[in-house]
Amino acid sequence: MTTATPTVAVGSQETDAPRTTAGRVRKRLNSRTATLVSIVIAVLWTIPTFGLFISSLRPEDEIKTTGWWTAFTNPQFTLENYQQVLFGQSSSSGQLAGYFINSLAITIPSVLFPLAFAALAAYALAWIKFRGRDWLYIAIFALQIVPLQMALVPLLKFFSTGVTLGGVTLMPAWDLVDEQKFAQVWFAHTCFALPFAVFLLHNFISQLPGDLMEAARVDGATHPRIFRTIVLPLITPALAAFGIFQFLWVWNDLLVALIFAGGTAETAPLTVKLAEMAGTRGNEWQRLTAGAFVSIVVPLTVFLSLQRYFVRGLLAGSVKG
Amino acid sequence: MDFADEQPKLLMLMYGLIAFVVVVGGLLLLLDVVPAWFARRREAQLVAASASGAPLPRRRKQREGLFALFFLLPTVLLLTVGLVVPAIRTTMLSFMDRSSNDWVGLGNYEWMFSDGSIVRVLINTLVWVLLVPLVAASFGLLYAVLVDKARFEAVAKSLIFLPMAISFVGASIIWKFVYAYRGEGDQIGLLNQIVVSLGGEPKQWLLESPLNTLLLIVIMIWIQAGFAMVVLSAAIKAIPADIVEAARLDGVTPWQMFWQITMPSIRPALIVVVVTLSIATLKVFDIVRTATNGNYDTSVIANEMYNQAFRYGESGQGSALAVFLFVLVIPVVIYQIRNLRQQREG
Repeated sequence: MTTATPTVAVGSQETDAPRTTAGRVRKRLNSRTATLVSIVIAVLWTIPTFGLFISSLRPEDEIKTTGWWTAFTNPQFTLENYQQVLFGQSSSSGQLAGYFINSLAITIPSVLFPLAFAALAAYALAWIKFRGRDWLYIAIFALQIVPLQMALVPLLKFFSTGVTLGGVTLMPAWDLVDEQKFAQVWFAHTCFALPFAVFLLHNFISQLPGDLMEAARVDGATHPRIFRTIVLPLITPALAAFGIFQFLWVWNDLLVALIFAGGTAETAPLTVKLAEMAGTRGNEWQRLTAGAFVSIVVPLTVFLSLQRYFVRGLLAGSVKG
Repeated sequence: MDFADEQPKLLMLMYGLIAFVVVVGGLLLLLDVVPAWFARRREAQLVAASASGAPLPRRRKQREGLFALFFLLPTVLLLTVGLVVPAIRTTMLSFMDRSSNDWVGLGNYEWMFSDGSIVRVLINTLVWVLLVPLVAASFGLLYAVLVDKARFEAVAKSLIFLPMAISFVGASIIWKFVYAYRGEGDQIGLLNQIVVSLGGEPKQWLLESPLNTLLLIVIMIWIQAGFAMVVLSAAIKAIPADIVEAARLDGVTPWQMFWQITMPSIRPALIVVVVTLSIATLKVFDIVRTATNGNYDTSVIANEMYNQAFRYGESGQGSALAVFLFVLVIPVVIYQIRNLRQQREG
């Protein structure tokens, strides 16, 4: 796509005024074309989501017999699908309201725990001197590459039978039922999130000015005090960045929830229910479209309102490597 | 919705939050109170010692290590129990039979490479890993260049980036609707409508192998291109203006500018994007599970691992697949580390 290249040369408009009229015209055309093409692509990118959204507002018969694009010439809209999928009494309707609460109950602690633990660990790794510090950091860093698939089977077994080593019980069986299974999911998400969380927060915390810490130490402040009063306020943007990451990750996760929360209405989050509906009721588009949007609304709101932090975290996490 | 059903869940959530406050708050409190108590005791000792004229007790070494221990305790404990030990255990299980009682040597790995359906899974995964990073990164780069300094840049970028917020499950449903098929009457899926309006026959897209794997890959690219675009766009904006200026004064063409200025400058970011996408693609699970459940020859490693370990109860074979996934990630990571080192030295 050669249309992409001219814009590189166009550059910022103030510093670089083309000397000839022809040049100016060409430049304007180039930047016009670029703008146009980029908008067209952006619109194309949005069409699938838009189509699903329009469909979720159409009556069942209409969805199943005509394409969503006909809604422009023959507009018929209703909130019936949302009503049905959220609060419908029949078991086939989805009853997503309960699953929505499950998603919340899973997500909130799964964000808070790794956030707090990782901040503490990152501070210790950055500012407390002790033997083996670098090795410990490298070890935690390296754990980022272990796919969580490597932990699933034994971790599930730990929960059901506990951990014993040479006859000594290190961790008793959890034996959780119904909504208590949330704890398993919190535990699993926290473990899996920690390596990246420590890495990301360490990137920020280790770059705080050393003079600041030194001054506080001289004044007699202990490490917990420095952590609470100096470090925490300064790393709020980093905490926000990781918090959003983890929120989106947990809310959108399917695999961990499927294994540790199970598929029942007591604990399964929206993603599990939706995936199941897509499999067993693949043609019930009036429910799938509305259901998909119910699951999308929360992360989309979080994402749009906090996009700035998210992008900053993304860049810090990926580019600094 | 029956509110009585929801109460125990909310109660459990509250327990979780209370546990959080108790654990984290307790830890911080402990770390605050205990040193303060020691300090007071020492002060009292000093006072007592100076009053009685006895020799002052020797000042003990500052115990930084103790603080570090408590700061790191939750993380290290959780990582050990939740990740390190299970990973070792999984590796062991991969050499055992389905009941995890008898050692079978390399049996599970032999099965993996000889069973036709699993070989198909491995090939599918390979196609995913080759296509997604390449296409998503190229598209992200093209778009980043195209949109750079264009009008409405922020809005256009947001629209491409938006799928990142949608769950893989949600995205799969969105695209399943695009691929939807009806035998008679009007088509409701966009793709079939386009095919029909061009005079073609509508198809059941997700049932036709190997096309269906490619159509699932489209979903992943649709989600991940935004990530590539944002990272690469930031890298492009970080190119020093005077380099671009100097090149332009030298009269380079836009084409040369792209290959000789832009590309070398953003190479590190490009590598990071490709590596991140490769790892994410290797582990892809949700899309295949939601769209086809791995049927019609679309399964990938992560999907097959789940099926073997949690649906068929073949923990040995499932573990072998997990270990193989891990082995596949390692070279990608080594490549990135080597690149980082080269950058630091260069």
